[in-house]
Amino acid sequence: MKVLMFGWEFPPHILGGLGTASYGLTKALAMMGDIDITFVIPKKRGDEDESFLKIIGACFVPIVWKENDWNYVNQRIGWIMSPDEYFKLRNGIKYDFRRIYTDDLGCVEFSGAYPNNLIEEIFNYEAVASVLAHQLDFDIIHSHDWLTYPAGVFAKQISGKPLVIHVHATEFDRSRGQVNPVVYDIEKRGMDMADHIITVSNLTRNIVIEKYHQDPRKITTVHNAVEPLPDADSYVKTIRRDKIVTFLGRITMQKGPEYFVEAAQRVISKTKNVRFVMAGNGDMMYSMIDLVAKQRIADRFHFTGFLVGRQVYQMLADSDVYIMPSVSEPFGISPLEAMQVGTPTIISKQSGCAEILTHTIKIDYWDIDGMADAIYAIVRSPAMYKSLHELGKIEVSNIKWENAAQKVKTIYENLLKK
Amino acid sequence: MKNICFYFEIHRPVRLKRYRFFDIGNDHYYYDDFQNEDHIRFLAEQSYLPANKAIYEMIRNSNGKFRCAYSFSGIALEQLEQYAPEVIDSFIELAKTDCVEFLAETYAHSLASIYDYNEFEQEVKMQVDKIESLFGKKPTAFRNSELIYSDEIGEKIYQLGFKTILIDEVSHVLGWKSPNFIYSHPSIQRLKLLVRNFGLSDDIAFRFSNPSWQGYPLTADKFIGWINNFPENEKIINIWMGYEAFGVFQPNHTGIFDFLKALPYYALLNNIGFILPSEAAKKMDAVNILSSPEPISWSGLEKDISVWNGNDLQQEALNKLYAVGERVRLCDDRTLRHDWLRLQSTDHFRYMSHKDSFGTYYESPYDAFINYMNILADFLDRVDQQYPTTIENEELNALLKTIANLEKEVEKLQAELKRLRARKKIIE
Repeated sequence: MKVLMFGWEFPPHILGGLGTASYGLTKALAMMGDIDITFVIPKKRGDEDESFLKIIGACFVPIVWKENDWNYVNQRIGWIMSPDEYFKLRNGIKYDFRRIYTDDLGCVEFSGAYPNNLIEEIFNYEAVASVLAHQLDFDIIHSHDWLTYPAGVFAKQISGKPLVIHVHATEFDRSRGQVNPVVYDIEKRGMDMADHIITVSNLTRNIVIEKYHQDPRKITTVHNAVEPLPDADSYVKTIRRDKIVTFLGRITMQKGPEYFVEAAQRVISKTKNVRFVMAGNGDMMYSMIDLVAKQRIADRFHFTGFLVGRQVYQMLADSDVYIMPSVSEPFGISPLEAMQVGTPTIISKQSGCAEILTHTIKIDYWDIDGMADAIYAIVRSPAMYKSLHELGKIEVSNIKWENAAQKVKTIYENLLKK
Repeated sequence: MKNICFYFEIHRPVRLKRYRFFDIGNDHYYYDDFQNEDHIRFLAEQSYLPANKAIYEMIRNSNGKFRCAYSFSGIALEQLEQYAPEVIDSFIELAKTDCVEFLAETYAHSLASIYDYNEFEQEVKMQVDKIESLFGKKPTAFRNSELIYSDEIGEKIYQLGFKTILIDEVSHVLGWKSPNFIYSHPSIQRLKLLVRNFGLSDDIAFRFSNPSWQGYPLTADKFIGWINNFPENEKIINIWMGYEAFGVFQPNHTGIFDFLKALPYYALLNNIGFILPSEAAKKMDAVNILSSPEPISWSGLEKDISVWNGNDLQQEALNKLYAVGERVRLCDDRTLRHDWLRLQSTDHFRYMSHKDSFGTYYESPYDAFINYMNILADFLDRVDQQYPTTIENEELNALLKTIANLEKEVEKLQAELKRLRARKKIIE
């Protein structure tokens, strides 16, 4: 079966968990055989891994008819896409998109990130989808996250093929209740039009049912997994006198950084030899620095700024405890990554990954006392550290994308039977 | 003639309250009184009182032919005295019929038999005294907490003066042997072992009301029929379970009490009697020996002690706890000693098990461990204030040994003095 997938991120150019999840799932799906995936992303850079699927960059798909000869197109984009394909896609232009600003090839420029004119990009992406829907051959449409729902819906309307939307997060998670009505509208329309909805956790599934009024029968939870880390053993814990407790992620309202600071204060007031690290970047970083100063724990509380690549795993491996006190986390892949390098984790019950993990400590995000207690227990008790370290590593090695892909495949098959 | 040997266990640990690490050193009260009272009342009203009433009727209606045994943990008795004294009264009534037997066990329902022999000895004595003072009967048969038993524990129990021990039906110990006989310890022939009939016991305790079980619905008639079909030479069928099987595991509406009440009639009709553990050991001879080099218990699939000490968390907690045994026994601070007992119940460690945390009220084994260790840290601090851990255990042991030896020396000298005086008298 042929699947047309709309995504927003794909490794190696990733900004959050969405890219990682898209990669893991598509790879496992492709490995099952019998599934051809065409994955559309806004901006293709050419260094993506295309060994198991075909990637189309929306920025190379013409949406306005421009007369160009073969050689010129080859010279312009031949390095990443064959001119024949360009001309084939150009024949799919059935609507007048001249209101959209396009370049000499009739293509739109995408940032491929989350710019200020995000809503505009989303609708440009939708225009690209219309061209693809007319020219490509596919049996099923799969849209990842709300940015690509309009594209998926349009493709469905054109082709009449079933649409699966994959909810990696909802506006309610991102905004802690301060919902942007424009975003909500896009999400709601996507869900209403979908033939099936996949959520990354039961937590998200409940939000989709309650806040978006969807029929529970068309929603299936497919928990995310984590790609095995082949060089896990290369991250060695540096021997230090002090224990290290780490928060790693975007420092935003959704992630609950202030609860981490409060818990740190309680632990520091009772014990020595513990240091706290807040790694990452975000709009709440400065207010967190203020809070740390106000609590008078700045000598034991450190900010690292944004970490990339190996630095992330090294930071996790160097930690004695990893904490994710998210207020609302649809899934949350980073605790799994911490477990891969053997770091004990504390996660909030308001995160989707809590549904599938046993060897971690689960607390309510607001339960600062509980969080402090758990930190204290892990840094003080070698038995606790050892258990979480060993059993966590084993547990996470059994959370495989293959299982998720199997569930997605079943969903496809059921839709095609109808 | 076949005999059924019934015995019921009554134990409930003291539930610990949520104790944070910043409470260490500030708060020395560890228990959730509200929950404890609530649960004991629940057990008393749903199970203990109606079950006692049923047993009392059965004894009266069968003219004393029905008999059964009980084992209590001291911890449970204390809680009953405090929150449900009428349960104690109804057991006193039962004791007066002379048709019930009370067994000895460890006061704290602890793992002391594995970790701390001196503690074990003391707890057994405490428990025997407690039973005697409440019910006026001195226990003569022994069942260890969770039916934990090994050859070594058997020897210890024999040294404490017991000649009957109750153990579970464990396939790697019994092999092809049937539990429906009396066995003996491999080296101490006089120590008799009674073996629980695991299948029949669980039929009542866990499967009775399960409609997908092939034996469902279980009637007294049918149950006695099964026993009657056992080979003629199998003389004793040991049916042992937690007392809360009546009314809690199998709630009243399942008809469990009617089932119970109907048992004596059908048993006597089929010429099957009832017998108490110590009577059985006295009347019947052991047919063979049973050897268990490793500790066995009645819990978990493996029936070993790994549900209490199988993982790192449990071992850490147990080792830390029992490391101060000597010191605690030297203390005369009564609250401290009382806390020591309450913290030893096996249940606290079972809640930390990853594979089988039966009865837990914690969210996870880790949660159980965190809370217990915080409490233990405070407790150890208190012990330390009395007997600093800077004194090595060995040093302490040496001192204790000297004291013990001195006592023996004094006794010896006194005996000699007596002898010499007597001699002097004769000479005079």
